[in-house]
Amino acid sequence: MSHSPDKRWKALIVDDEELARHIIREFLESHEEIEVAAECANGMEAVKAVAEHKPNLIFLDVQMPKLTGFDVLELIGTDVPVIFVTAYDQYAMRAFDVHAVDYLLKPIGRERFDAAVERAKGRLGEKMPSAYELSAAARPPQQFLERLVVKDGTKVTLIPMGKLDYAEAQDDYVALASQGRKHLKQQTIAGLEAGLNPDTFVRIHRSYIVNLERVVRIEPYGKDSRLAILADGTRLPVSRAGYARLRALLDERK
Amino acid sequence: MHPLLTRNRLGLYLLGWLPLMATLVLLMASGGHLSWLESAVIVIPLCVVYAFICLSAWYTAKSAPIQREKALRLIGVHSLAAALVSYFWMGLGWVLVAFLSTTSTFQGLDRRFAPQAPILFGAGYLLYLLSVASQYVILSLEASREAEARALETSILARDAELKALKAQINPHFLFNSLNSISALTSIDPARARDMCVLLGDFLRLTLGLGEKTSVRFSEELDLLQKYVAIEKVRFGERLRMQETIQEDSRACLLPPLLLQPLVENAVKHGIASLPEGGEIRLAVERQNGRLAIVVENSWDPEAPPRRSGGRGLKNVQQRLEARYGKEASLRVDTEGELFQISLSLPAESEEKG
Repeated sequence: MSHSPDKRWKALIVDDEELARHIIREFLESHEEIEVAAECANGMEAVKAVAEHKPNLIFLDVQMPKLTGFDVLELIGTDVPVIFVTAYDQYAMRAFDVHAVDYLLKPIGRERFDAAVERAKGRLGEKMPSAYELSAAARPPQQFLERLVVKDGTKVTLIPMGKLDYAEAQDDYVALASQGRKHLKQQTIAGLEAGLNPDTFVRIHRSYIVNLERVVRIEPYGKDSRLAILADGTRLPVSRAGYARLRALLDERK
Repeated sequence: MHPLLTRNRLGLYLLGWLPLMATLVLLMASGGHLSWLESAVIVIPLCVVYAFICLSAWYTAKSAPIQREKALRLIGVHSLAAALVSYFWMGLGWVLVAFLSTTSTFQGLDRRFAPQAPILFGAGYLLYLLSVASQYVILSLEASREAEARALETSILARDAELKALKAQINPHFLFNSLNSISALTSIDPARARDMCVLLGDFLRLTLGLGEKTSVRFSEELDLLQKYVAIEKVRFGERLRMQETIQEDSRACLLPPLLLQPLVENAVKHGIASLPEGGEIRLAVERQNGRLAIVVENSWDPEAPPRRSGGRGLKNVQQRLEARYGKEASLRVDTEGELFQISLSLPAESEEKG
């Protein structure tokens, strides 16, 4: 990716407060090389706008309805430099830890704003850490995912953890089964497992993680392997190691 | 362990027996059968032994607490115990007298002691009951000291909760966001920016001022709530709508300051802010049958991930209600679909009553 200095930059402003968006728009007026491609009042709009406008700079609020700024970042999965805008310094600090982005704290000052924009411009073309890495770093340590966000085209689905039945590895993706439907998400199964609460989710097979609440019984299946039967009748293979983990968890629960 | 069985208390206790002992010596000698010396020789060792026997009343008193047992039963139990103990004591007296009679100095003492023995029994009976009574006094003193300590602890806890509540009142993020809004308004609409500064100033002054009081009129709290919502309205615009149903009578009611502000703040933070299209906060306050009923209701997104501060504000309100009204106040949370409702019920106090 290369941009000549005369080429206009396209920026996206994402914040659920009109006045907060206005400040950024106003500050951007003095940066003639940057044009505001779109303003979004929530994360869903932002995901759509990223696909539509392919911006090269995003100003992203963290606390928004439905999708947080971190969810958006995870979903767009591109190398766009992101500047977080938030009143909560603990979020900003965490995102900054990965040195991928800058952050602006509300109320935003012009000098700080200009510095962040310069920094973001310098970052363009550099390889950014993957969005998943970023959002994992942004997640508070020792805390498990509360829900999964999945994007299908521009349609975004939220899956609360309680509604995830099982996950199945499919090459670079995981298929997330929830309420009779499957959603594909670009992530490794090990990456997903790391974010799940091990008291509820167990890796029963190299390719499968199951929600323990859904398992109704285990049946033997051939030599050394078993099948987990879920409440909706789904049958999932259980490896020997997976069975040991399952047993340990069930014994713990007793 | 008996509370008197420590070195310095035991000395005092035995000292207290001296006049009793003297009186008993006098009584036993007064019949003319026994000489002073003989009376003293019998009574003094018996009294020393009896002083310790009487301490046993502590255990009967403790096992039959005066507050819980029926009076008749109490009297029965202790009279019976007194009779048994003093009878045993009199028996001890006889043993002592029988032993003394064998010596040449006190020959025939048993004959002279016989008519005086009932006095010993009666004195033993009364002394034991006296001991029971004083045990109850000690017990109740102890209980009241304990209750005092507990009350002190409770009041410290209550004050702590109160203090924490007051400290938590001004949420820094609310300030940061408001300042950001003002900053935006300075170029779009300077007049509104100024209004917002005034609103914010009023809100802060009210918060700090009310926080120092123990009770405020509901109308004052309402004023604060309206200022708060007006500020948040600048931030959220059309997304935030407020509807108030306030009964006139309720305005004069007294309540702890800043009790409702955290509830409305929660409604904004967890309710309105979680909805892309925003929603409505409804406040209904009514005074009826000596009680003040307050309902704060808002729309929310039940699927929004819980915020980390979740529940702290609510818990705080609950603690403050409990500390102030005990069981007289209640707080109920109802969630139904996209509706989140908090209902408070507390005694309606007004200034006339103090």
